Amino acid sequence: MSEYRIQGETGEWEVVIGLEVHAQITSNAKLFSGASAAYGGEPNSHVSLVDAAMPGMLPVPNRECIRQAVRTGMAINAQINAWSRFDRKNYFYADLPQGYQISQLYHPIVGEGEIEVILDEKDADSPRKTIGIERIHVEQDAGKLMHDQHPTMSYVDLNRCGVALMEIVSKPDMNSPAEAGAYVKKLRSILRYVGSCDGNMEEGSMRADVNVSVRKPGGELGTRTETKNVNSIRFVMQTIEVEARRQVDLIEDGGAVVQETRLFDPNKMETRSMRSKEDAHDYRYFPDPDLLPLELDDAFLEECRASLPELPDAKRVRYEGMGLSAYNAAVLTAEAETAFWFEDLLAQGAEPKQASNWLQSELFGALNRLGKSLDESPVNPAQAAELLKLVSDGTISGSIAKQVFEIMLETGQGASAIVEEKGLKQTSDTGAIEAVIAEILAANPGQLEAYRGGKEQLFGFFVGQTMKAMQGKANPGVVNDLLKKALA
Amino acid sequence: MSVDKDTVNKIARLSRIAINDEEAEKMVGELNGILAWVEQLGEVDVTGVEPMTAVIPNKTRLRDDIVTDGDMRDKVLANAPAKEGIFFGVPKVIE
Repeated sequence: MSEYRIQGETGEWEVVIGLEVHAQITSNAKLFSGASAAYGGEPNSHVSLVDAAMPGMLPVPNRECIRQAVRTGMAINAQINAWSRFDRKNYFYADLPQGYQISQLYHPIVGEGEIEVILDEKDADSPRKTIGIERIHVEQDAGKLMHDQHPTMSYVDLNRCGVALMEIVSKPDMNSPAEAGAYVKKLRSILRYVGSCDGNMEEGSMRADVNVSVRKPGGELGTRTETKNVNSIRFVMQTIEVEARRQVDLIEDGGAVVQETRLFDPNKMETRSMRSKEDAHDYRYFPDPDLLPLELDDAFLEECRASLPELPDAKRVRYEGMGLSAYNAAVLTAEAETAFWFEDLLAQGAEPKQASNWLQSELFGALNRLGKSLDESPVNPAQAAELLKLVSDGTISGSIAKQVFEIMLETGQGASAIVEEKGLKQTSDTGAIEAVIAEILAANPGQLEAYRGGKEQLFGFFVGQTMKAMQGKANPGVVNDLLKKALA
Repeated sequence: MSVDKDTVNKIARLSRIAINDEEAEKMVGELNGILAWVEQLGEVDVTGVEPMTAVIPNKTRLRDDIVTDGDMRDKVLANAPAKEGIFFGVPKVIE
């Protein structure tokens, strides 16, 4: 892909990046308890005695959380481990009532897989790169601490405590901020297609630990640092930029990179050491004696595979096969909701190219203007298909369709009803069109003379004037033919 | 395998157990006794034997993804050493 290099005093440096992405698994209940996993909620209301780690409480795994992790693994062509096990990761922190997190260190549920990324997804010729996935394991989330409510106390809300997470660990296969950004974007897209995570980084459903090291191009791997809990794609890219720069400057000044945990501060655009937590890194993992090994049978695995949707890469190829450009196919497939909307439109009888163009220019333009997401679109695919059909069967022209769409957005009325009510049907009545053309030619003798004198680009002017005079309702093809005749 | 006093102090710190010097000394002896006893297992040749992961031949049972629990804030907060309204209160922990 790109040759991203940091310029140092001693020459160029290469960056090596690995990401650990924590993705919240979409489920109703928590990983090991029957309490709600819903975001928000009154503080400490989505907490069972299991989540609060009361003595004697036992964890029981949620089938759906396991299923979603397996389906995610299948979507990245990963090895699925039909036998896996849970381990305890021991540390004390106020957001972790158990005193340990149930995770999977030794036998994760998903092994090695891969994700193909395109640096610029809108450009089909842009270089591609395959990023290796080391593993995916399932683990519990911790609670939430609030530090600004009281002078000497921190407040704890355990609603998120025990919610299921997938930790998706990449190989150190990325070498630039752009590659890392493309990887997170692609991963998020796959998770949304699979339905295993909503990918909502603002609500913390996805966050990344960013491992960065630097080396002379092609040299030995350097010591890495891990910057924790980075919660947007932009911040992931910025973290890499500033952390790689810091490491290069440090090494060139005669220092050495210490393997440590750091935090990214987007206001100061720097990473800072979290040295105080160093001791906490001795996690003393051991198999959780409360949980038997997790064994998945063939029927379970078969259902996981059978329920996978068509994934973005396959969809993109299929759309290109429908005659869409690589660019359009990439835009339509980047997000699951766009692809599903587009396919609903096709299911309602819309023609692919027309539907693709309309969706990307008219609908996206309108939603942008209204500040709404696709899910909040005032016009649904069935209503849109009705509008597109009026254009393709010649009932209205493309420019009238734009007006009709505006009215649909405002009133929620159907396209046919609007066309009927406002009398917007286009006319192919040659007599009426010829009469208007005669008027236009008479009213513009100067342009007429210039056109006949060889200024042929004035043809567009006459088309425009004619369409305007007919309030856009003339069939453009008929107008063209008749104008050519009249101007000859 | 054996432990020294530094290791014992470290384990105690990680476990949030306060011990004094005298207790640490005593623990070194006790822990080394336990370790030596368990290490006798190393004398058995287990080549080709699958590690035993549980004492009963049983599989994990899985739960359906239905909300059946929670909504008991008063109960989960009841034993907290410090409560602040609807939250647990802990000494300020911030970097």
